Formats: sequence, C-alpha cells, structure tokens
Amino acid sequence: MTLSRRLLFYWNLLALAAMLFAVYAALVMAPDAMNVDPSIRPAQRIIYFHVPAAWSSLLAFFVAFVASILNLATKRVRWDIWARAASELGIAFTVAAIISGSLWAKPAWNTYWTWDPRLTTYTIVLLLYIAYFMLRGAIDEPSRRARMAAVYNIFAFISVPLTFMSIRWWNTIHPVIVESPDNAGKFGLGPNMLNAFMIANIAFVIMFIALLANRISLGWAEERIDALRERLNF
Amino acid sequence: MKRYLQVLWAVLWKDLRIELRTKDVFTSMAVFAVLALMIFNFAFELRVPDKSVVIPGVLWVAIIFSGVLGLGRAFISEKDRGSMAGLLLAPVDRSAIYFGKMLASLLFIFVMEAILLPLMVIFFNLNFLSWPLLLLLFLGTVGFATVGTVFSGLAVNTRTREVLLPVLLFPVMLPVLMAGIRATIGFMEGDTLADMMKWINLLIFFDILYLVVSYLTFDFVVEE
Repeated sequence: MTLSRRLLFYWNLLALAAMLFAVYAALVMAPDAMNVDPSIRPAQRIIYFHVPAAWSSLLAFFVAFVASILNLATKRVRWDIWARAASELGIAFTVAAIISGSLWAKPAWNTYWTWDPRLTTYTIVLLLYIAYFMLRGAIDEPSRRARMAAVYNIFAFISVPLTFMSIRWWNTIHPVIVESPDNAGKFGLGPNMLNAFMIANIAFVIMFIALLANRISLGWAEERIDALRERLNF
Repeated sequence: MKRYLQVLWAVLWKDLRIELRTKDVFTSMAVFAVLALMIFNFAFELRVPDKSVVIPGVLWVAIIFSGVLGLGRAFISEKDRGSMAGLLLAPVDRSAIYFGKMLASLLFIFVMEAILLPLMVIFFNLNFLSWPLLLLLFLGTVGFATVGTVFSGLAVNTRTREVLLPVLLFPVMLPVLMAGIRATIGFMEGDTLADMMKWINLLIFFDILYLVVSYLTFDFVVEE
C-alpha cells in the first residue's frame, strides 16, 4: 500500500511536469501555423489541447470497455471500479474535446457548431456514457449494478465506430463545407509543430494514467466506506 | 438443437398468448404509432411545402418511439409476477429465453408496422412502399429488437424501470435510424437496392454484431 501510494505521488508529479512542458511546447516551442489565416494563428494552437483530449477520451473509453469485459468474466469489484473511473474520465476528456473544438470552430468557421461527423459522433458518445451513469445511478445493489453497467458499457463502446461511419456516409449527401479540424492542422504540421503535438499527446496520456490511478484509489476508498456503513448500520 | 428450439418456441408462444389475451402491449404501441403520425402531421403541415419529404423521418421515428413502448414491457410482467425466477430456474440454455423474448418483441413491432405503413400511405397520400423498403424495415427492426430486448432486461433492474430504456437505447440505435432514414429517402427517390447496398450492409453488420453480443451478455443481465 505504501509503495503504491508513493508511486502514485511521483506519477502525479510527473503528470504535472509533463503537462507544464506540454503548455510550453504548445505556446512557445511550436511555430505559428503558416497555412491558416494570420488572424486565427493563435487560436490554431488549441490543436495541442484539443486532439490529445480527444485521443485520451477514446483511450479512457477503451480502458472502460476492457475493464467491463473483465468484470463480467471475473466478477471482481476491481474491474467495476476501473470501468467507472475510466468512463468518468472519458466523459471529462470528451467534454474538453467538444468545448475546445467549438472554441476553434468559432474563429475558423464562424460557428460554434457544425454537423461534422467527428463532432456529432462525440456528442452521441457523450450521451452514451451519460446514459451509462444514469443506469449506474438507478441500481442500488452493487453486484447487480456492476453487471448491468458492464453489459451496457460493452454495447456502448462497440456502437461508436458504427455511429461514426454512418454519420460520415450520411454527410456525403451534403456538400462538405468545412474541412475537418484535424486535417486542417495536420496537413501543415512542420517538424517543430509535430514535436509539440507529440509532446502534448504523451503528456495527456501520462495525465490520463495519473487521473485514472487516483480515481481508482478513490473508488477503493468509497468501497471501504460502504462496507463500514453496512457493518455499522449507518 | 431440437430441444433449444422447443425452449425458444415455448417462451415465444407464452409471450404471444399473454399478449393475445391482454392486448396490453400491442394496443398501446399501435395507438401510439397512429398518434405519432397525427402529431407529425401538425408539426409539419404549415411549414413543409411537400409533406411527402418528411415521410422517411416520420416513419422511422414513429417506429422507434412506439417500438420502445413495447420493448419496455418485455420483462416487466415477468418481474412483477415473479415468473422471471421460474424462467431462470428452468434447466435450459438462457440464450433460448433471450431469443424467445426477442422474437416476441420483434413480432409485436412487425404487427405495429403492418398497421402503421398502410395508414401512412393513406395519410400522406403517397404510395412509398416497395420491396427494398420492406427489406430495409425488416433489417432495421431486427437490430432494434435485438438490442432493445437486452436493454429492456437492463432497465427492469433499475429503480426507474422503463423510463430509462429510451435513454439507454436511442444513442446505440443511431446507426440503424440513420441507415433506415437515408435508404428510405433513396428508395423513394427511385434508387435501386444496389445503390443503397452500403446502408443495407451496415444494417446486416449491425444485426449480426449485436445478435452475437446479446447472445454473449444476456446471461449476465438476467442472473440473480
């Protein structure tokens, strides 16, 4: 316990340092993007936040998916705690990605919202995992809640690529008005920009692991409190 | 295999017989579907130049909304009357119970569609029916009942029960809804089945994928 506590502490420090370095990389190290209009060059730097947040959210949902399968296979409380922790983080990163995307969309395309496949899929994903937590909230008995939530999580995760694909096909009937944000940034990514981009991505993954580990240890604490409550009839 | 089908049939027949006697689920589904048509009529009448352009959307939304009404009931009566325990105690493969329940729900939705479609043709004064469209409806409804039956089993375990079902079901059903609406538009505009194959394939893939996942997970949903 003490060893893992200490590990967690150092990992948290590492995450803090990585994120600070990512801020430096995004704001100082990366040059201006020359392929976008000068007026939105500062705004373009949101790519170093937006894309890593989106990738981290997918990583989080994938962890939740795997943990849900393991939960059904082993019935261990551990995997339920993992799945819940990762899903929560997935929601947080998804919200971060959607908001930062909107902030970029306003100066770049003069609108906060477009029905772009990625944007729309992300919003559906958000709804899926909100539904996941509504399901969890509506079941009192812990083992039953763990099972039901795991089943839903599996259904939810595998629906994401199908949703993305169908939205993309759907949009082919409309003219594509705006380039998707990722392409706009990536096509002109010079070496220094790419470095900053990779640094930001790695920093986000380190931060994700730190948040996940902290949330899991919090989950165990909640578990202990529940057990104590039960014993004391409190 | 024969035994498996017998169990499946027993569950299916039981649900059908209950429904034939009470008509609870079916009447609410059918009446709701007609009501939805009425409501859409008023929602679009004054602002949409040609009402036939909204047919694909109206059709699929009416099906999904009234279908979810029927799916919500799939496990509630079992739970309320305590017959769920009886079903689970039976020494049979539980996936047979799932498929029996799923086929019963599927049949109810098909019958509801059989009423809805002619009414839509009359109300919108346009014969939009075609064989490819019926195939599309078949595939979409199978996917809907497949996922819906599992989620109905999830929802019945919650405090809020069927209130939660649409919230769980609709975001997962989005690909089916999009494929259904998009291909219905195509067929109404004279596209052939080959033109819309991409959407048909998406539905087939969706149906098979979720049938397998449902088969694998249903045990955990009903387990006590």
